[in-house]
Amino acid sequence: MVLEVIVALPLAGWLINGLAGGRLPRGVVGAIGCGTVGAACAASVMAAGDPAVAGGGLTATLFTWLSAGEFTVSAGLFMDRLSALMALVVTGVGFLIHVYSIGYMADDPAYARYFAYLNLFVASMLLLVLGGNLLVLFVGWELVGLCSYLLIGFWFDRERAASSGRKAFIVNRIGDAGFLLGILLLATTAGNLQFDRLAAASGGMAPGLLTAATLLLFAGATGKSAQLPLYVWLPDAMEGPTPVSALIHAATMVTAGVYMIARLHPLFLHAGYTLSVVAAVGAVTAFFAATVALVEWDLKRVLAYSTISQLGYMFLAMGVVMMPAGMFHLTTHAFFKALLFLAAGSVMHAMRGVVDMRRLGGLAGPMRWTAAGFAVGGLALAGVPPFAGFFSKDLILEGAFEWAQRGGAMLVWIAGLATAFVTAVYVTRAMMLTFAGPAADPGHPHEAPAVMGLPMAVLAALSFGGGLLGARVAGEPLLRYLEPFFVDSAIGVLKDRPMPAAGVITALPVAVSLAGILAGFALYRDRREVTLGALGRFLSHQWYIETLYDAVIVTPAKRLAHLLADVVETRGIDGAVNGVGALVGRAGLAVRGLQTGFVRNYAAAILAGTILMLGYWLFR
Amino acid sequence: MLSLIIFLPLVGGIIILFTSKTNETLLKGIALGASLASFVLSLFMTALFKIGGGFQFLELGNWIPSLGIHYHLGVDGLSLPLIVLTALLSLLSVAYSWRIELRLKEYLFLFLLLETGMLGVFAALDFFLFYIFWEITLVPMYFLIGIWGGPRKEYAAIKFFLYTLVGSLAMLLAILVMYFNAQPHTFNMLTLIEQQPLAAKPVLAALAFWGFFLSFAIKVPMWPFHTWLPDAHVEAPTAGSVILAGVLLKMGTYGFVRVSLPMLPEAFRIYAPAVAVLALLGIVYGALVAMAQTDLKKLVAYSSVNHMGYVMLGVASAAAAAGIPEKAVAAATALNGAVFEMVAHGVITGALFLIVGVLYDFRAHTRGVDEFGGLGARLPMYTGITMVAMLASLGLPGLMGFVAEFFIFVGSFGIFPYLTVVAVTGVIFTAAMFLWTIQRIFLGPFNERWAGLPDMDTREKISLVPLAVLMVIFGLYPRPLLDVINAAMTTLVAMVR
Repeated sequence: MVLEVIVALPLAGWLINGLAGGRLPRGVVGAIGCGTVGAACAASVMAAGDPAVAGGGLTATLFTWLSAGEFTVSAGLFMDRLSALMALVVTGVGFLIHVYSIGYMADDPAYARYFAYLNLFVASMLLLVLGGNLLVLFVGWELVGLCSYLLIGFWFDRERAASSGRKAFIVNRIGDAGFLLGILLLATTAGNLQFDRLAAASGGMAPGLLTAATLLLFAGATGKSAQLPLYVWLPDAMEGPTPVSALIHAATMVTAGVYMIARLHPLFLHAGYTLSVVAAVGAVTAFFAATVALVEWDLKRVLAYSTISQLGYMFLAMGVVMMPAGMFHLTTHAFFKALLFLAAGSVMHAMRGVVDMRRLGGLAGPMRWTAAGFAVGGLALAGVPPFAGFFSKDLILEGAFEWAQRGGAMLVWIAGLATAFVTAVYVTRAMMLTFAGPAADPGHPHEAPAVMGLPMAVLAALSFGGGLLGARVAGEPLLRYLEPFFVDSAIGVLKDRPMPAAGVITALPVAVSLAGILAGFALYRDRREVTLGALGRFLSHQWYIETLYDAVIVTPAKRLAHLLADVVETRGIDGAVNGVGALVGRAGLAVRGLQTGFVRNYAAAILAGTILMLGYWLFR
Repeated sequence: MLSLIIFLPLVGGIIILFTSKTNETLLKGIALGASLASFVLSLFMTALFKIGGGFQFLELGNWIPSLGIHYHLGVDGLSLPLIVLTALLSLLSVAYSWRIELRLKEYLFLFLLLETGMLGVFAALDFFLFYIFWEITLVPMYFLIGIWGGPRKEYAAIKFFLYTLVGSLAMLLAILVMYFNAQPHTFNMLTLIEQQPLAAKPVLAALAFWGFFLSFAIKVPMWPFHTWLPDAHVEAPTAGSVILAGVLLKMGTYGFVRVSLPMLPEAFRIYAPAVAVLALLGIVYGALVAMAQTDLKKLVAYSSVNHMGYVMLGVASAAAAAGIPEKAVAAATALNGAVFEMVAHGVITGALFLIVGVLYDFRAHTRGVDEFGGLGARLPMYTGITMVAMLASLGLPGLMGFVAEFFIFVGSFGIFPYLTVVAVTGVIFTAAMFLWTIQRIFLGPFNERWAGLPDMDTREKISLVPLAVLMVIFGLYPRPLLDVINAAMTTLVAMVR
C-alpha cells in the first residue's frame, strides 16, 4: 500500500496543480507542490524501514497491464534496498529543490504549470525506480523524458528553449529505440520482464544474445544519462529553469542509466564484454566532458559538462564491477551537484539571469552564503577530503586500479585520474570567475531569500558529511546496506580485497585534486581569460563532435526527407500513378480516331479482321 | 440487433431525404439521433458480447438462393472493436459537422450512408454482401470530397475513386475465384475459411491472394499504393478526413486479417516477407516524408502511412508464422498488436484530423505549419489536447499508441527480427516529426497575426475530449479492449494451420 502512496502523492499534486492551479493562490500551489513530495519522502522513509525491503523486497501489484497470449506484464511496484536508496534520493533531494523553487520561481506567471510539471516528474521518476519489471521501468523512463522535454522548454516562447527541449527528446528517443530493442530481445528470449525472472534466466541465455541485449539497454542509458555518443542534449538542457537543472539534469533523471545497470546487474555480469564497453564509455566521457567544462563560459553549462563527466565516473564504476561505489557516487553527486546548481541559480536570481562568467565576478562579498555553498559543493566535486565526493570518487578509482590488476585496461584508471585533475581545475576556475575579484557587472546583487537558502544549507551539510555513508572510518553503512543486493557481483571483490591497495593509490587522487586546485588558482587568480590556444579552440567546439553529427546525421536525414517528399513521392511514385492515368487518357484519344461514324470504315475493318482470322486458321 | 446498428444510420438518412432542407436543426437532429442510436446500440452489444465466444449476434437469411448468396452478419473480437470505433467516430464527426452550411441535407445523407456501408463491411460474413457494403462506402466518400472538399477537390475525388475502384475490381475477381472453387459454390466466408477451397491449388491461390492484396493494400494504403491518401485527406472536409483515416483505412487491414489470413494462409505465408518489406517501407518512408511536410493535414496523412505500416508489419509477421506451432504465440501477439493499432490509430488519427480542422475550418484558414508559432500561450486547452494526441501517436508509454506498437514489435521480433529492428527506428522519426510540428505551431514567440484566435468551443470539445480520454484510458488499462481482441486472435492463429 505504501508504495502506491509514494507514487500517488506527487501524481495527485500534478493533477491538482495542473487542472486547477491557475485558479489557486500561489501559496497553495507551492504548498501542494512541496507538500506532496515531502509526504512522498516521508512515505519512502517509512517504506524503507519495512523489514520486507531488506529481505526479498516489498511488492505491490496494481493490475495486469498488458496481457495477450502467454505474454503478461503487470503494473507492479517493487522496493528493495536499491529502490529504497533511489526513492530516498529522489524524494529527499526533490523535496529540497521544490522548496527552493518557491523562491526561485516566485515571479513567474506560469507558477502552477511549473509545479505541476515538477510533480509529474517526481511521480515518473518514482515509477522508474520503483517499477516492478523492465517495462514499467521503461514507462517511467519515457515519462521522465517527457517531463524533461516539458521543463527544458518551460519558457517555450523562447525559441532556444523550445529547440533544446525537442533536441533532448529526440536524442533520448534514439537511445530509447535501442532500449526498446533490448527489451524486445529479452522479452522474446526470457518470455517475461520481471526483474527476478530476468536475473534467473540470464545464466542460461546465449552469451551473444545477452551481450547484444545489454549493449542495447546501455545504448538507452547513454541517451538518458548523457554519455558519449548521445550526450549532446544535456548542455542545451540548461535552457530550463535552474532548479530543473538541479533536480532532473543533475541529481535524479540522468542517473537512471546507472540505476538501470545496477538493477539488471546479473544480466550485465553474464554478458561477456558489455561491462568493458560500459567502463570505456564512462572513462572517455568523464575525461572528455571535464576538458570541455574547462573552457565553457556559461556557468550552468560548466556544471552540465561536469555532470556528464561525473556520470561517466558512475558508469566507469559499473563497468569495473565496483557497483556499490557507483551507487555511492550517485548519492553524493546528487547532494553536491544539486547544491552547485542551486548556488548557480541563486547567482542568476541575483544577477537577473546572467550566467556568462565573463560578466560575473566579485560575488563573494554580497552573496556570502551562496559563495560558501558553492565552495562546499566545489570541494566535494573536486574530491577533497573530507567532503563527500572524495570518498565516493576515491572508491571508484580504487576499483578501476584493481580492475586493471585483474586484467582490465590500466587506461581506464589513468583516464579517471586525469579527469580528477581537470575537474579540480575547472571547478576552481568557475569559483574564481564567479565569486572572486572585482564585480564585473555593476548591479546590486542580493543574497537569496531564506526559502532558497535553507535547502542549500541542508545540501551543503550533506555534501560535507555525506561521505560518511561510505567512509571506512564510519563503517561504510551505505555499502554494507547495498551489499546483499549486489551479493553476486562486485561486493565479493570489495570484501576480499587485500586492504586498501597501498596508500599510494588512495593518496594519488587526493594529490591530483589538490594539484588541480592549485593550478586553477594560479591560472585564474586574476580572472584572466585563459584561452589555451589551438587546444582551447578544439575544446570549446566540444571536440567537434556535434559538428560531426550535424554533417553526418542531421543534415543528411533532413535532405533525405526532402528528397523523398519532393522528388521520389511527387515525381516518382505519384508521377507513375498519374502517368498511368495519362496513358489511359492518351490511349483513349488515340483510338478515338477509329470511331469515325462512317459505315464504310467499319466495314473495311470487319473485312480486314475476317481475312486475318481466316489466314490464321489456314496457316496455323 | 446487428442489422439495427448497421441500418439505423441509413434509416436516418432516408428520413433526412424526406425532410425539408430549410429546417436545418431538424436535419442535424435526425443525423445526430441516428448515429447516436447506432453508437449506443453498439455499446449495448459490447456489453452482451461474450469474450472468446467466436462469432455472435449472427443473422442468416436467404437473399439470392440461386447463387448461394445470403444475408449473413456476425461479429467477433476482431470486428466488434471496429464497429464500436466506427459508430463512435461517426457520431463525433456528425457533432463536429454542426456548422456545415453548404447543402447540409445531402451532406448528412451521404454521411449516414457512409456509416452504414462501413458498419456493414465489418459485420458481413457473406462475400457478396461484403462486396456490396465495400462499394457503398466508395460513393458517399467520393461526393464528400468532391463537393465539400478543398480547392483541388475534383482531382482528389477522382483519384480516390479510380484508385479504390481498381482495387475493388481485383477483389471481385478474387472473390469469384474463391466462389467457383468451393464445392458447393458459396459466398459464405465462414465456410470458405473452413473449406480452404484453394489449399491444393497454389497458382489460383496466388492469383486470389494478389487480387485481394491489391484491393486491401490500396485501401490501407501500403507503400507504394498510398499516393491517393495525402490528396484525399488534404481536400476532404474535416469529418471526411476523420472517417477516412479513422475507419476506411481499417477496411484494408481488416480485409487482410479477416480474408487473406484465414482463407489463403498458404499463399500469404509464401508472400509474407514481401508484404512485410512493403510495410517496412511504409513505416520509414511515411515518417520521413511526413517530416518534410509543411501542410499540417498532409503531415498527419503521411503519419497514417507510417502507422498503417506498423499494422501491416504485424499482420505479415503473423502470416509468415502461419502453421508453425512454435511461433503461434509470437503470431498471436503480433496480431493483437495489429488489431489494437487499428483501433488506436482510429482514435488518435481521428483526433488529429479534428485538431487540424479546429485550426483550419473556423479559425486560421491555413494549415501551413510554419505560419503559426507560440499558440501554446493563448490556446491552452487546444494545446493540451494536441499534445496528448501527438504524444499518443509517437508512441509514448501510458498512452494508447504505445500498447499497440509494443505488441506489434514483440510479436514481429520473434518472426522477422531484422525487419523489426529497422521498424523500431521509425519511432525516432515519428518523434522528430511531431515534436517539430508542436514547436512550430505552439512554441516559440507568439505570432501576433493570430492574436484574436479563440480557444476550443463546446462543439469542438465534445468531439475531441472523449477521444483524448480514450487514449489515456486504453494506454493505462488496455485490458478490456485487449481481452476482446486477444480471444479472437488466438482462435484465428489456432485455426490457421
